[in-house]
Amino acid sequence: MLQDKIQDVFNEPGCATNQAKSAKEKKKGCTKSLKPGAAAGGCAYDGAMIVLQPIADAAHLVHGPIACLGNAWDNRGTRSSGSQLYRTGFTTDLSELDVIGGGEKKLYRAIKEIVQQYDPPAVFVYQTCVPAMTGDDIAAVCKFATQKLGKPVIPVDAPGFVGSKNLGNKLAGEALLDHVIGTVEPDYTTPTDVCIIGEYNLAGELWLVKPLLDEIGIRLLSCISGDGRYNEVAQAHRARVTMMVCSQALVNVGRKMQERYGIPYFEGSFYGVSDMSDTLRTMARMLVERGADKALIDRAEGVIAREESRVWRRLEPYKPRFEGKRVLLFTGGVKSWSMVSALEGAGLTILGTSTKKSTKEDKERIRKMKGEEFHQWDDLKPRDIYKMLADDQADIMMSGGRSQFISLKAKVPWLDINQERHHAYAGYDGIVNLCEEIDKTLSNPIWGQVRQPAPWESGPSSTLLAAE
Amino acid sequence: MSHIQRFPSAAKAASTNPLKMSQPLGAALAYLGVDRCLPLFHGSQGCTAFGLVLLVRHFREAIPLQTTAMDQVSTILGGYDNLEQAIRTIVERNKPAMIGVATTGVTETKGEDMGGQYTLFRQRNPDMAGTALVFANTPDFAGGFEDGFATAVTAMVERLVEPSPVRIPTQVNVLAGSHLSPGDVEELRDIIEGFGLSPIMLPDLSLSMSGRQPTDFTATSLGGVTVDQIRAMGASAATIVVGEHMRVAGNALELKTDVPSHFFSRLTGLEASDKLIRLLMELSGKPAPARLRRQREALVDAMLDGHFFFSRKRIAVALEPDLLYAVTGFLADMGAEVVAAVSPTQSPVLERLKAATIMVGDHSDLETLARDADLIVSNSHGRQGAARIGVPLHRMGLPMFDRLGAGLRVQVGYRGTRELLCEIGNLFLAREMDHESHDHGESHGCGGGSCGCNAV
Repeated sequence: MLQDKIQDVFNEPGCATNQAKSAKEKKKGCTKSLKPGAAAGGCAYDGAMIVLQPIADAAHLVHGPIACLGNAWDNRGTRSSGSQLYRTGFTTDLSELDVIGGGEKKLYRAIKEIVQQYDPPAVFVYQTCVPAMTGDDIAAVCKFATQKLGKPVIPVDAPGFVGSKNLGNKLAGEALLDHVIGTVEPDYTTPTDVCIIGEYNLAGELWLVKPLLDEIGIRLLSCISGDGRYNEVAQAHRARVTMMVCSQALVNVGRKMQERYGIPYFEGSFYGVSDMSDTLRTMARMLVERGADKALIDRAEGVIAREESRVWRRLEPYKPRFEGKRVLLFTGGVKSWSMVSALEGAGLTILGTSTKKSTKEDKERIRKMKGEEFHQWDDLKPRDIYKMLADDQADIMMSGGRSQFISLKAKVPWLDINQERHHAYAGYDGIVNLCEEIDKTLSNPIWGQVRQPAPWESGPSSTLLAAE
Repeated sequence: MSHIQRFPSAAKAASTNPLKMSQPLGAALAYLGVDRCLPLFHGSQGCTAFGLVLLVRHFREAIPLQTTAMDQVSTILGGYDNLEQAIRTIVERNKPAMIGVATTGVTETKGEDMGGQYTLFRQRNPDMAGTALVFANTPDFAGGFEDGFATAVTAMVERLVEPSPVRIPTQVNVLAGSHLSPGDVEELRDIIEGFGLSPIMLPDLSLSMSGRQPTDFTATSLGGVTVDQIRAMGASAATIVVGEHMRVAGNALELKTDVPSHFFSRLTGLEASDKLIRLLMELSGKPAPARLRRQREALVDAMLDGHFFFSRKRIAVALEPDLLYAVTGFLADMGAEVVAAVSPTQSPVLERLKAATIMVGDHSDLETLARDADLIVSNSHGRQGAARIGVPLHRMGLPMFDRLGAGLRVQVGYRGTRELLCEIGNLFLAREMDHESHDHGESHGCGGGSCGCNAV
């Protein structure tokens, strides 16, 4: 059953990469086989958690041995404006005896305890490798628990060893499609209801975008899943338009919502000035096409014009400070090129970007935008990055936490632009935040100091007179 | 052993806000104390990714850690091929001195025969004989962090240490448990070297996890005890074993080499430190250096100055078993009352704890038990619960991701004990000096002006 699901998400008509493949390639799926001893990155369960855990008022229960949750909880910066239940880590903490005797009864008891003690609107149950091997049927347990306890208990069947984080994202999306979306009706609907998919409210980014939607008159009916509430996610099928934020990860959800409920979707981004404006423009236009009042477009244009002139004015002071500063940008697919034009607008020079997670289409878009000499690295080894930085080929590196020490140990400024970051970079205000953070680290006085040689490394200078 | 319930654990099915971390993670940390080592998890790649993130957040260092990247098919058919390919790839790419393998829940549920796989690998790959290989069985579904660390150290002793016909009278081994921070290991080295002895620390996190500045990028650990040093442990005059969970490794070492071992359940506290100094005086035949004498005086003085603030304070502690023992022991030494001691796993050391309630549990159990406490001592995961019940939290152990310098804190020996005493004492002192709540009622324990107030 899980195999069918995996084949299904691999065969994704909404995915450009998949469409370019031959029938044989399609059958093979899109998991690159991982190379033992040279692999990095999370597993499918990790990916499923990333998508669903931001649903803040639900309980998230991990069915597995301690490693899957004990090593991993409380480590993401997704934020909630209300319930904090999602930050509580629940696990069945399977022991040797559960491995031998089966963990289904323990799982049911755990669900029951959580429902009785915390009364959440729903419980998500995550399958992991060990109970998948021993044959615990979490779907059956969840079905039983739903009937018995009168609460939705949703099985998320994405044990780590079935594949990558990206596959886990998709399997989590399938769980929402199968068990959640369409199960709750909103109290009322409006012609401007939208659903945003793939936005996780890291560092509170959604809150930089939502006020603009409010002002234009667009109602955020449902966000999958940043600052999410279970019932809002369950109402997503009543949206008039769907926006896909991180296009690769959850394209199956957007496409199937179109198939099932006739909701058109578009791919957009909140990163960078022009992308942000395009997103607002497209959203308003598509809503009007579906019957919303035409004035929506004018209101959107008004907000865009005001915000754009404001943001360029606010970026002006950074220009002289950023002149000649060279940036290495290393991050997953879409975000990289969304930010490029805004950073350049603020005076930075972008040397190149990684395109490891980008699609062929993405790469073509970057080439069109930046020309041939712009570097697109598919798989740069850490040692090569270190060498580039140590050789003073860049002034700052922007990347995810995984590579931060490559930069810091080379004594080159570094900025976190991935999921553990503490600052919000989405929307118009976000790009100003980003420039402020870049400026703060570039102009910090430590760089000159830490690059000084130690007293025992310096040449034979006037050492006897070294004291001030 | 772990299925023998010595201490009660909560009768609940859902572990809530876990205190426990997995065995492979502990094993990885032990391997990281070996120079030019690359730890390798035999399991799904997620097992490695989560462990890596946790260690990176704690130490704020690059953490070398690789995976055999088991998928569904290799899990069912057997993981030897993945293991062999992973080791070959690592040796070819990164040329480590040692690869430390830790199994996971995935490979242990399948029941991979690691002993057999070691032999098979060596037979099939004679060209890799120059790389040390250590395998440890560390299933995620049994034991915890400390057990995994202990298993990896024992595996290194059994695989690498060689008996020696000669004795080097000034060389001593230290089996440094997982409750010692890199800063603690550094402090121990200083103390031991002060007696003219040369210690070999296994593992030596002070050389690898202490904020090194490399001159080139390395994909292996940078610094640590070398494989050759581990091999030479058989020539030492004595072994100092620190922590209950190091006892098995200590016994294995003694059995293999006849080097006599000396066991220390803790090195935090005045008497505990005295015991260590006495041994070092004996082993070296030298008097204690002046620096240590001054440090002892300073600790005694700090105890005299500080005991006012500790007396009858109600403290709840949740840490890995040996650190739990060291900290609760120290707090009891200072006259505080340990109202609750929560351990993530069963351990023989729990039998010797002095606490009103001792249980095997998680952070939610701690939250329940600490409601009336004056202080919680736990890792950073304790912060949500501490905030909910309004009890201050002193962070110790791992992970400590919301404080700088987590790896270099010192809490062993005279100096480390004094630092811990002052850190915790200052939390109490700050509360009492806060004149908003300074009413000199029964609750004020400054002993009449000792805190600097004008109480009569």
